[in-house]
Amino acid sequence: MATSSQVVRPPAKGGRISLQRKEMLAGLAFISPWFIGFLLFTAGPMIVSLGLSLTQYDVLRPPKFIGLQNYTDLVNDSKIWLSLGNTFFYALLHVPLSIMVALGLAMLLHRVGKAAGFFRTVFYLPSITPAVAIGTLWLWLLNPRVGLVNRGLELLGIPGPGWTTDPAWIKPGIVLMSLWSVGGTVIIYLAALRNVPTELYEAAEIDGATGWKSFRHITIPMISGTIFFTLIVNVIGSLQIFTEVYTMFFGTMRGMTAAASAGLFYNIYLFRNAFEFFKMGYASAMAWVLFIIILILTLIQLRFSKRWVYTEES
Amino acid sequence: MSALSGESKQVVVSTVGASGHPANHLARRVNKTLQKAIFIALLIGFTILFIIPFLWLVSASLKVRADVFNNAWIPNPIAWENYVNVWKAAPVLDWLKNSVLVGVAAAISVTISCALIAFGFSYFRFPGRDRLFGLVLATMMLPGVVTMIPVYLVWQKIGLTNSHWPLWAGNLFGSAFYIFLLRQFYLTLPRELFEAARVDGAGYFQMWREIAIPLTRTALIVVFIFEFKASWTDLVKPLIYLQNTAMFTLPRGLKALLDQFGQGGEMQWEIVLAASVIVTLPMLIIFFLGQRYFIEGIATTGLKG
Repeated sequence: MATSSQVVRPPAKGGRISLQRKEMLAGLAFISPWFIGFLLFTAGPMIVSLGLSLTQYDVLRPPKFIGLQNYTDLVNDSKIWLSLGNTFFYALLHVPLSIMVALGLAMLLHRVGKAAGFFRTVFYLPSITPAVAIGTLWLWLLNPRVGLVNRGLELLGIPGPGWTTDPAWIKPGIVLMSLWSVGGTVIIYLAALRNVPTELYEAAEIDGATGWKSFRHITIPMISGTIFFTLIVNVIGSLQIFTEVYTMFFGTMRGMTAAASAGLFYNIYLFRNAFEFFKMGYASAMAWVLFIIILILTLIQLRFSKRWVYTEES
Repeated sequence: MSALSGESKQVVVSTVGASGHPANHLARRVNKTLQKAIFIALLIGFTILFIIPFLWLVSASLKVRADVFNNAWIPNPIAWENYVNVWKAAPVLDWLKNSVLVGVAAAISVTISCALIAFGFSYFRFPGRDRLFGLVLATMMLPGVVTMIPVYLVWQKIGLTNSHWPLWAGNLFGSAFYIFLLRQFYLTLPRELFEAARVDGAGYFQMWREIAIPLTRTALIVVFIFEFKASWTDLVKPLIYLQNTAMFTLPRGLKALLDQFGQGGEMQWEIVLAASVIVTLPMLIIFFLGQRYFIEGIATTGLKG
């Protein structure tokens, strides 16, 4: 007889069923905060946002239904294409570079034994630095004239580019800044590398597979699940880059015209539309376009993952 | 020479491995040590690259205005007064207080709500549970900008914009990432533990509070620290919701200072840089105190994802 709580229940054949029922109700009670929050802060707002994207709305006057006009306006808005181009440019540089740098650092850490702890801490420090402080700091590190980056390049005999002034170099500068924050990914990769059974390497070495071969045929497949996870997270994250760049080049600041277009990322343009120009309907349409883009890219990655991500079953 | 296995197993391999020739063996060991020295040297190089921006920031924040960008490592003279001037230029103490309050409220509320929700998703069996959990995970993919505007409009309707509520109260309803993280920890708890308590007459809430919570303390601290960090570093919400300078959090305040004294403004960079140090330092201290929780949290979520 299952007596699951202080409550005395009628003894009957229903004892087991009622326990299941009880468990179900209790489970639902435990997850109810999430469910309420989901309706209030996710599902509800999604519907409202979709509705708003069909209106013209400046907060002061009630929304005016304009059908799909925001979406047709989007297509004809050169700044949308500019910001989309900027964002993809950034993502295409940032994602592979940050994964490679993080994997490289993690592999170095993996091979120095106990000393890894210290270095791992150092690499993680930028990741806990507030993004506003990162933006402020890198605005100066990247300064073409006095910045540390170009001073360093000078020592190597390389003339440094105009990281914050030359439209062609603004995004590479931002990518450089983003690489400073790979520490979180390094920790994830290091943990994954430590999880690879050492017997695999030993067996491979007896078979004559070392160096690049064992990296290619053991390390990569064994941590491919983790790489895939960081890839998805990184792609989604990089398409939404905002704070550091907004700090550096936007706000009430004046006079940084080159950056205002070369550094205009999608979410920055969206934010400005919503909260600086009060085009809430237009911004909502922008949000949905981004959502669809992220959805499609994630689905593509999931589909292709079957070709290269190793799972226990395969 | 294996380029990939760790040192300890390397020794084993080299004794049992392909050739047992002693000279070969010695060469391997020397090679191994040499290799490790090179790796350490490389890591030290990278360490310097990662640390230099911090050193530059601290050093520049202690320089007089004319020297801020002279790139000398030791400020001469040392301008301690910059830190006094920040306090005079802006209500930094208010910002600090606001950041702490919002951060603690955000972290406590998300920790408790996610612990409840994650327990609901791990211990109990009910139809549709896994599908609902899939929905939890799916919300992680939803870009924040989709819900940003309607949520703002709701807070505006209630009349709570320009208050701290919108910065943390949403956390009372959990957060997908932490629900996922805590569920991973709950799933490792043996079910018998709970069954035994139930036979002894414990209710579900009691089981959660007296068994699940104490056994997953580490994970709860991880969630608390992560959310505190997220709240501490966030600029977007304060940018949207706070208009009154005295209500600002530190990042919002730093952005205001940058706009006022920085690029295109009054060019008092030493003030902005001192403020940057003030925003960053508390987080660094918390990190050094709770380091293992950070590392554990990241490694766990990354691996099990």
